[in-house]
Amino acid sequence: MWCADTCTCRFVTLFGFEQVAYMAIVGSFPFNSFLSGVLSCIGTAVLAVCLRIQVNKENKEFKDLPPERAFADFVFCNLVLHLVIMNFLG
Amino acid sequence: MAAIENGKKEESVLRTAFGNVLSFFILLLIGILAFSIRLFSVIKYESVIHEFDPYFNYRVTQFLTKNGIYDFWNWFDDRTWYPLGRVIGGTVYPGLTLTAGTLWWILNSLNIPLSVETVCVFTAPIFSANAAWATYLLTKEVKGTGAGLTAAALLAMVPSYISRSVAGSYDNEAVAIFALIFTFYLYIKTLNTGSLFYATLNALAYFYMVCSWGGYTFIINLIPMHALLCIVTGRYSSRLYIAYAPLVVLGTLLAALVPVVGFNAVMTSEHFASFLVFIIIHVVALVYYIKGILSPKMFKVAVTLIVSAGLAVCGAVMAVLIAMVATSPTKGWSGRSLSLLDPTYASKYIPIIASVSEHQPPTWPSYFMDINVLAFLVPAGIIACFLPLSDASSFVVLYIVTSVYFSGVMVRLMLVLAPAACIMSGIALSEAFSVFTRSIKFQLLNLLQSKKIDAGETITTDSAVTQTDAAKPAKSEGIVKERPSKKNKKKEKEPVEKATVRSRIQKKLLVLPLEASVIAILLLVLLGAFYVVHCVWAAAEAYSAPSIVLTSRTRDGLHVFDDFREAYAWLRHNTDVDDKVASWWDYGYQTTAMANRTVIVDNNTWNNTHIATVGTAMSSPEKAAWEIFNSLDVKYVLVVFGGLVGYPSDDINKFLWMVRIGGGVFPHIKEPDYLRDGQYRIDSQATPTMLNCLMYKLSYYRFVETDGQAFDRVRQTEIGRKHFKLTHFEEVFTTHHWMVRIYKLKPPKNRIRGKTKRTKSQKSSATASMKRSSRKRNPWQ
Repeated sequence: MWCADTCTCRFVTLFGFEQVAYMAIVGSFPFNSFLSGVLSCIGTAVLAVCLRIQVNKENKEFKDLPPERAFADFVFCNLVLHLVIMNFLG
Repeated sequence: MAAIENGKKEESVLRTAFGNVLSFFILLLIGILAFSIRLFSVIKYESVIHEFDPYFNYRVTQFLTKNGIYDFWNWFDDRTWYPLGRVIGGTVYPGLTLTAGTLWWILNSLNIPLSVETVCVFTAPIFSANAAWATYLLTKEVKGTGAGLTAAALLAMVPSYISRSVAGSYDNEAVAIFALIFTFYLYIKTLNTGSLFYATLNALAYFYMVCSWGGYTFIINLIPMHALLCIVTGRYSSRLYIAYAPLVVLGTLLAALVPVVGFNAVMTSEHFASFLVFIIIHVVALVYYIKGILSPKMFKVAVTLIVSAGLAVCGAVMAVLIAMVATSPTKGWSGRSLSLLDPTYASKYIPIIASVSEHQPPTWPSYFMDINVLAFLVPAGIIACFLPLSDASSFVVLYIVTSVYFSGVMVRLMLVLAPAACIMSGIALSEAFSVFTRSIKFQLLNLLQSKKIDAGETITTDSAVTQTDAAKPAKSEGIVKERPSKKNKKKEKEPVEKATVRSRIQKKLLVLPLEASVIAILLLVLLGAFYVVHCVWAAAEAYSAPSIVLTSRTRDGLHVFDDFREAYAWLRHNTDVDDKVASWWDYGYQTTAMANRTVIVDNNTWNNTHIATVGTAMSSPEKAAWEIFNSLDVKYVLVVFGGLVGYPSDDINKFLWMVRIGGGVFPHIKEPDYLRDGQYRIDSQATPTMLNCLMYKLSYYRFVETDGQAFDRVRQTEIGRKHFKLTHFEEVFTTHHWMVRIYKLKPPKNRIRGKTKRTKSQKSSATASMKRSSRKRNPWQ
C-alpha cells in the first residue's frame, strides 16, 4: 500500500510543477483556475502524506487509530477539498 | 482484591458521571450569564442598533433577507459614495450578515416571526455565549476541565468583550471572536489528537473566520509562528504536520473563495508567512522520515542534500513572492496591517486611520477597566503553562504574548487580548484552586487520621515524603502530571503506578498548611467577587450606551436626547427619494440606513480623495463650498452641533481632521490658517478663515438667538462671530436640542444682476460684516 501512496505523491507533485510551468509560459489568466489547479495538486499530495503517516504501523503515536478511521478522514478531507476546488475553478 | 478494584472503578465512574453532569449545568449557566449580562442596553434604552457600523450591517442584512443571496452577492449599491457607488458584494465581510440572515430565515420558517432588527440586535449576545463555550473547549484541551470552566466563566463577563458584543452592537467582532476561539480550539484539538477529521473542521472554522472579520490575518500568522516555534524547540511530530499542512492548503483555498479576500490570499504579504512555514515543515518532515529509513552515514549525506534542496526551494519561492510585492509601495502589506506593525505609520501616511479614536493606543487604566483582575492573573497563568510545557500550552503562551503587543498598539484590539487573558487566568485560578483544595483535603485527612483503602496506600506513602516537605516553607515546586479536574483530587490509578515505578523521580506534591489554604481560597473567591462586581458595573454603566440615543440626569430626572433619529426621520419624510445628503463620513451609514437617502461619503472610508473633497467643502467659504457640493449634486448638508447641550463629539470638534484630510489632497487648505498661535479656537480670537468657513457658519447660524450670548457649552466660550446670514444655504431643519442641523443648497438665481455692480456696495442683506473676497461677478448679490 505504501508504494501506491508514494506513486500518488510523486505523480501529483510533478503534475503541480507542470501546471506552474504551463502558467509561466501561457500567462496567469484566469488566475483562479491556475490557483485551484495548483492547490488541488498540493492538497492531494499533503492529504496522501497525512494518510500515510496515520496508517504506518511503525508510527507509535497512531497505534490505536484504526486504519479505517484514517481512511474515512482522508476521504472526508478530500471531499471538502475537491468541493472547494470545483467551486473555485470557475 | 478484584472486588476492591471494581468498587474503586465504579466509584470513579460515578464521580466522572457526576462531574460531567455538573460541568454541563455550569456551562449552561455560563451561557445564560453571557447572554444576560449584555442585555443592559435593551433594558435601559430600547432594542435598537447602536453606533455607526452596525447600521450598515443592518442595512445589508435587510437587503439580504428581502432579496435573497444571489442578489446579495451581486449587489452594487448606488446610494452611497455618490457618484461612485460601492460594490457591496465584493467589499463586505459576509459572515455576520449571512449568520444573522440564516438565523432569521430559520426562525421565520419555524413560524417565529421575529423582525430582522430583533435578530440583528440579539445576534451578539447569542454568539458571546457560544464564544464562552468555545473557550471552555479550548482551555479543556490545554489544561483540563476545571481550567476550562473557569476560563469560560471569565470570558462570559470580561468587559472588553462585552464592549463590542453588547445587545445592539451588530458588528463583525460579535461573530468573529467566536470564530477565532473555535478555530484555535480545533487547531489545538488536531494537534493533540492528530486526527485529519479535526484538521478539516479546523479549515472550515478558519473559513468562517475569514468570512467574518479582517482580523483573520492574525490566525494565519499566529499558527505558522507556533508551528515554527514547535519545530525550532524540537517538538516536531507528525501530529503537527497533520494539524498544519492541510490547514494551509484548504485554508488558502477557502479564503480565496470569499470575494472580499479573493486573490489577496496568495498575493499579499500577510499570508506569506504561512507559505514559508509550509515549505519549512515539509523539509523537516522529510528529514525526520528519512532518518528512520537510512543508516546514520547515508543520513548525514541525505540531510545535507535535502536541506540544500529545501533552501533552494525556499529561496525560489521567496524570490517569487518578493517580485510580486516589490512594485507595491508598501511591499504587499495593507495599510491597516502596517499600522499594526509600525505604530507610527498611520499618523504619518494615512490620517484617516489615525483619526479614528479606537485606533489610538490604549492608556494604562484602560487595561484595568477592560480586563480588570485578569491583568495580574495572566503572568501566573503563563508560569502554570510551563509546568509542564506541551504543544497546546506553548500555543496559548504565544497567543497571549502577541495579543498583548497588538493590544498595546490599538485600543480596539484589546478585544483580541480578552480571550487569551481569560484562558491564562482560568488556568492560573484552576491550578491555584487545585493546590489549595488538595492541601485542605490532605490536611483534613491527616487531621481525622483515617486510612481509607482507596488510594490510601499511596497517599500515606506520599504523605511520608511530603510531611517533611510541608514543614519547610512551601517553595518546593511540584510537577504533577494530572488533569486538575474539579472532581478528581485523589490520585488516579495511572500516576500511582508511575510513582511506584519511577521511585527515584519522586513526585512531590505541593501541600500547604490548612489555615493558609482556607484563607487563600476565601481570598480567591473574594477576588472573583470583585471581578464580577466590576464586570457588571462596566456592562451596565460604561458599555451599554447606544450612542444614537443620549441621556443625561438632571434634577427633574432622566432627559433623553433623540435628536439623531429625529433628524433622519425628518430627512426620510420631507425630502425626495433621490436627494443627496452630504455630511462628514461618520454619519454616512446611519443616514443611508435610517433616512434612506443617498450620501456622498460614509464610514467605509475607502476613497480618501472623496472624503477630502467633502472636508475641503466644509473648510471653504460659502461660495466655494456651494460650488463643490453643487458639482456633486448635493441637495442637503447635515452637520452635528453639540454647543447648545454640551455634546462633545460634534463636527466642530472633528473639524481639524476635516482640514487635515482635505489639506492632504487639496493643498490650498492649510491647517495653520485655522489656528491662532497653534491653538484651535472659535471665539473672537479665531482666524478669519475659521470664522468664514462653512462648518463654522452652518454650526453657529442663529445660535445667538438661543441665549443672547451665543455661549458654546462644549468649547466653554462665546463664539467669535454671532450675527451673520447665509447666502448660499438655507436652514431647513434643526432638531430639538440643536444637535443635528440640516441645510439646503440654494438654487442659483436665474438672472444675474448686472456685470459691473461692485460687491462692496451690496450690503443690503448682510447685517454684520461679511468678508468679500471675490473680485468676480457674484450672482448672489
